Amino acid sequence: MMKDYDVAVVGGGLLGSAIAWGLGRLGQRVAVLDEGDIAKRASRANFALVWVQSKGLGMPAYTGWTVRGSKAWPKLAEELKAQTGLDVVLQQNGGFHLTLGEAEYEQRTQLVARMHNQVGAADYQMEMMSATEVKKMLPLIGPEVSGGSFCPYDGHVNSLRTFRALHAGMKRFGVDYLPERAVSAITRDGDEFRLTTAQGEIRAAKVVLAAGNANETLAPMVGLSAPMGPTRGQIVVTERTMPFLPHPLTTIRQTDEGTVMIGDSKEDELDDRVQNHPINAVMSDRAQRTFPHLARLNVVRSWSGIRVMPKDGFPIYEQSQTHPGAFVACCHSGVTLAANHAFEIARMVKEGALEPELVGAFTAKRFENAAGVGGSGYY
Amino acid sequence: MFKRAEGDARASVTIHVEGRAITAREGDTVSAALLASGLDVRRATAVSGAKRLPYCMMGVCFDCLVTIDGVGNRQGCLVPVAEGMQIEIQKGKREIGK
Repeated sequence: MMKDYDVAVVGGGLLGSAIAWGLGRLGQRVAVLDEGDIAKRASRANFALVWVQSKGLGMPAYTGWTVRGSKAWPKLAEELKAQTGLDVVLQQNGGFHLTLGEAEYEQRTQLVARMHNQVGAADYQMEMMSATEVKKMLPLIGPEVSGGSFCPYDGHVNSLRTFRALHAGMKRFGVDYLPERAVSAITRDGDEFRLTTAQGEIRAAKVVLAAGNANETLAPMVGLSAPMGPTRGQIVVTERTMPFLPHPLTTIRQTDEGTVMIGDSKEDELDDRVQNHPINAVMSDRAQRTFPHLARLNVVRSWSGIRVMPKDGFPIYEQSQTHPGAFVACCHSGVTLAANHAFEIARMVKEGALEPELVGAFTAKRFENAAGVGGSGYY
Repeated sequence: MFKRAEGDARASVTIHVEGRAITAREGDTVSAALLASGLDVRRATAVSGAKRLPYCMMGVCFDCLVTIDGVGNRQGCLVPVAEGMQIEIQKGKREIGK
């Protein structure tokens, strides 16, 4: 198969489809080269937070980028609804990180202070609240809850419906979605890129690598680098129950349809076909200490998923010096940053250059002189 | 409507549906007793609120979800009746504390 495109986006997950949707919206001719249904897909395993608080310790630019993404989300939700009729149920009325016991409360208080003291970071009004204050907003917390941090920008969304809406929207913009097209080689031939897949070659003037952890392998083909340090997370889901949680937590959220999601584990594992059951037990135990009534609910599903996690936890957006027109994008927060990818990254790709003032801090060059760099990017 | 087979000699068991006493038979499941009661025992589903009755009667379809003795979302088709059992027809999602 041979067809010319303005842009080939490698990867059809949340990040790739947000960029492709954004490019289609700007009238670009776009192909999305994706794997198939069995791909390790964070887009289907994620916790669906649109999250701001505690992001960016160690990289102030990430707080600004995250706040920008959070503020642009309503526009994305509105455009998707108008275009596809799908309501992604964006809710942004603030979120909590709750603590159990005094030691955790002290630790969180110190983190909030460190975030506030960070020079150059956007102020996102994260504040500590006592258990009494929390109880006014979340009446069902248990006696072990010592308080927590609250950030008014935090929220959540139906991320599966967002994924579906982006794909439905891409199609309406005329984007060609090409599944089962894992890319094995990329070469530059004159003014165009040639992308090799088992089902033939795709040609495009530009290429955007948005293939999650596979970016690490693909990036060097176009003179880029994307060092990844993927981690596994697990999620436990209960049966539907009456609404009780008006604000999402870092570790517990109630979906628009009533299920309760419990999450936030981190392991240095890459196999998403198995689960570490003791971790599910700890997460469930903490959830029922936070909200004792959850102990009555049945668990209906649980799964593990692989996070797309650049080595230091912060996003990578980079354009190639040796292969002009090639870009790489990878980040852990495909949900939180979806609006940035759809509006800002897509616009910059169309214009042919990443803007240093917006995304200059996220260059992969930061890894070159940072031996042993590591972290999670959020706490 | 359902009618009990003639000549069923099993002992009677009294259960309460929304506070109203009905007569079931020993060995009935909650769902069978509800269907045989002649009452409107349709529950409302958790998301759309659609009206549903027990369907598969073998633990697969979850359309028989019902609150039994204060515990929500129980599969009525898998629970045998017991004397004095309190049944509430579920209206939507499982309630907090049930």
